[in-house]
Amino acid sequence: MIAGLVAAALVWEGYKAVGDPEGTVLFGVRVLPRADDLSMPHLWTVLQRLADPEMTGGRPVWLVVAEACLFTLGITAAGFLAGALIGLLLAAMMQRFQIIERGLLPYVILSQTVPLVALAPLIAGWGGTLMPAWATVSVIAAYLAFFPVAVGMLRGLQSPSAAGAELMRSYAAGWWRTLVKLRFPAALPYLFPALRLAGAAAVVGAVVGEISTGTRGGIGRLIIEYSREATSDPAKVYTAMLGAAVLGLLVAGLVALLELPLMRHRRHVEVVTL
Amino acid sequence: MKFSRILLASVLALGACGTADTPTTPAPGASGALTPIKLQLQWFFQAQFAGYIAAVDQGFYQQQGLDVELLEGGVDIVPQTVLATGKADYAVAWVPKALASREQGAGITDVGQIFARSGTYQVAWKDSGIGSAADLKGKKVGNWGFGNEFELFAGMTKAGLDPSKDVTLVQQQFDMQALLKKEIDAAQAMSYNEYAQLLEAKNPATGQLYTADDFAIIDWKTEGSSMLQDAVWANTEKLSDPNYQAQTVKFLTATIQGWAFCRDNAEKCRDLVVAKGSKLGKSHQLWQMNETNKLIWPAPGAGIGTIDDAAWKQTVDISMTTKNQTGDTVLTKTPEGLAFTNDYISQAIEQAKAAGVDVTGSAFQPATVTLTEGGA
Repeated sequence: MIAGLVAAALVWEGYKAVGDPEGTVLFGVRVLPRADDLSMPHLWTVLQRLADPEMTGGRPVWLVVAEACLFTLGITAAGFLAGALIGLLLAAMMQRFQIIERGLLPYVILSQTVPLVALAPLIAGWGGTLMPAWATVSVIAAYLAFFPVAVGMLRGLQSPSAAGAELMRSYAAGWWRTLVKLRFPAALPYLFPALRLAGAAAVVGAVVGEISTGTRGGIGRLIIEYSREATSDPAKVYTAMLGAAVLGLLVAGLVALLELPLMRHRRHVEVVTL
Repeated sequence: MKFSRILLASVLALGACGTADTPTTPAPGASGALTPIKLQLQWFFQAQFAGYIAAVDQGFYQQQGLDVELLEGGVDIVPQTVLATGKADYAVAWVPKALASREQGAGITDVGQIFARSGTYQVAWKDSGIGSAADLKGKKVGNWGFGNEFELFAGMTKAGLDPSKDVTLVQQQFDMQALLKKEIDAAQAMSYNEYAQLLEAKNPATGQLYTADDFAIIDWKTEGSSMLQDAVWANTEKLSDPNYQAQTVKFLTATIQGWAFCRDNAEKCRDLVVAKGSKLGKSHQLWQMNETNKLIWPAPGAGIGTIDDAAWKQTVDISMTTKNQTGDTVLTKTPEGLAFTNDYISQAIEQAKAAGVDVTGSAFQPATVTLTEGGA
């Protein structure tokens, strides 16, 4: 991971060193971006900007960005948990009743084709009356996060072989017992990639939701606020983007941690499925 | 237990999305308690909305028996839609955009034209020789699109240019980097925001900030293609309710007081905006306060908020006749129904006058604001 960061930094500065400050234009179409300081500030300018106060006499930028990231982390966590839970429930329902799977699955897929920009203002209207404003952004995050879990988990719950299911039936195990003892453990390898996708989707949902609805306090809002100053202070907006990137890595790491306690069970899983 | 609470909240939210509750307006101050009011703004807190912020902070709304909550805008928040769907009691919106929403069925009425003048510029480098709309011929012209471009198109059309043939149109970001990098020859800018950003940027050639001498401004007010901007919009249907009428007059009276306060106390209002958590710096906000004041004061006609027939007609005419690059006009026909009324603002002006407020600001003199780097 560290090597990846170093590589990204080298590519950025390397392009700045060799790239044309005016950008490369082929047949009137810009194929490579400008490398001047206004478009691509030096990394050390961005880092320096992090240490400087946000406004005269204000708090340093890094503190403001860190606070905004924490705020968005909270929104993301709430959205991720709600989304994952809804996804799990939907998957279990769809596995249990084939009619629900046939009726619901197309809509689950359809739900992700609704543009977020159309959805966000609608949900934003609930803020203040039904729930606090930040929770509406969590709803948007959950809306994106439930999808990979529902689809991945359904595939996982359906993964045990017919022989396994029949064995459970021969034990007179009911649907619930089969779910807990056979299907759920078998689904774990499908669940974890789905959760990672859901984590990433929740971050995107939270940041885009904040931008879209203007919800105050988070990193998405900060990106918009700082980008307005890009004319005179181009490094500032990159500090907020850096914050958003760190937030994404953090969430990915936290989701990976979730796997640790559950993965220990996987050895038993294989015994059961065989 | 966090799981279940969140799930419950989501389920409740999903269940409630279809219910449109329209509570009837209680008589303001009838029971001694304050009437809660929501005002939807177009964007984040900034000096463009200082009058409303000041009216809240200075207790002007409270004196009228109103408890006003200011709702910030966002990228996808359309104030007139929020108003029309009953999620706010009043909204601030540009006239052409609100009229376009009206044509699509939003039941809203302009009850106070707070900004009497347009703040839209087209800014070019001084040495480019561009000084009027006609000079844009053959140039790369930046525009914001999304309904923010019609004054520019009307201005070019008026100057005898065909915007689809005589200029190269470039979709412009909401910052001024494209002009500074000379990717475009002229950029759209609001006098109170983007233009200030240019003057807050450092000229790499001199190491000093750019100055007003570096740029040439095409002001659509002098080109005769300006359109009305920030106005207070009310819900048309509710305007038939006498309680909402009375509430509207009270709301506008306090709003007038707020803007008059910011005219006379620009620096104090700058501080109020900064205290609201605006991320734009102090000198930028003072600039914006001063430029906003210029768009309001001196107020035409009977006083601030009065809708001028000629300016309204010009806005509607341009909305119906000017085509943008995709060939669309803002409106397809003359606005129907109650698009605007001076009934409430004139009552509010009388009440404000009676309370000793200078509602025309005929002696208003703009200040000279010096911008610092980054507007800090």
